[in-house]
Amino acid sequence: MKDSPGLHLKTCIFILFIVLFAPLGNVLLSKGMKGIGSARNWAPADLLHIFVRILTSGYIWLGVACLLTFFVAYMLVLTWADYSYVQPASSFSYAVVALLGYFLLGEAVPLLRWIGIFVICVGVFIVGHTHPRTTGKA
Amino acid sequence: MLEFFFLFMIVVAGTGGELCVSRAMKVVGEVHDFRPAALSRFVFRTIRVGWMWIGISMMTLAFFSLLAMLSIENVSFVVPVTALSYAAGAVGAMLFLHERIGPQRWLGVFIVCIGVTLVWLSRR
Repeated sequence: MKDSPGLHLKTCIFILFIVLFAPLGNVLLSKGMKGIGSARNWAPADLLHIFVRILTSGYIWLGVACLLTFFVAYMLVLTWADYSYVQPASSFSYAVVALLGYFLLGEAVPLLRWIGIFVICVGVFIVGHTHPRTTGKA
Repeated sequence: MLEFFFLFMIVVAGTGGELCVSRAMKVVGEVHDFRPAALSRFVFRTIRVGWMWIGISMMTLAFFSLLAMLSIENVSFVVPVTALSYAAGAVGAMLFLHERIGPQRWLGVFIVCIGVTLVWLSRR
């Protein structure tokens, strides 16, 4: 199997984009949804009210913009790398989202959750040492 | 109970959507030229692939489930537990995209799943 030049470097750069923009988008969505309130009441009028508040929330739109940036990077990287490589490798974003949740949103993050996130990163490290592409060129 | 439903939707619809998008990207082919005109042609090629629209529909469903989940739980809990999609994603990639997943990659995915379990147990 012959790779295009700089395949690993190109893949790392795009995964860095994924790891930064996906957590930032999720944190902004969380901030927006916490302001909008719980969706536990499922009456149609309440759902409509929540939907309108979602559409008019600046945090939600900023979060969507970050997630769109993430999505474009994700789509591009999938044109040359395996899905089963990209998905685990991008899971460093779980550590980033916990850090952002702790520092930006003031969330309490228990020790067991940090340990879980560390274990996730160990899994990512192992996956990161496999070859990005196992199928033939498209 | 609602949390389980939303988590199920995030994992199943999200993973299914990503698999469909991945299949669409493989149809479109590798991107070598990153100039605006070439990227525009890439986008036009992409939106003509049916798998892309199925994938986007499923990911939209997963997105609104994520919003609902974020209105209930903390983001530092919600996002890590959605990594349950790793197991589903690896199996789906093998069956649906015919990717060859070696033992080392399976081991990594397995360890990621252990980490997700610990995060779930940290829930108060």
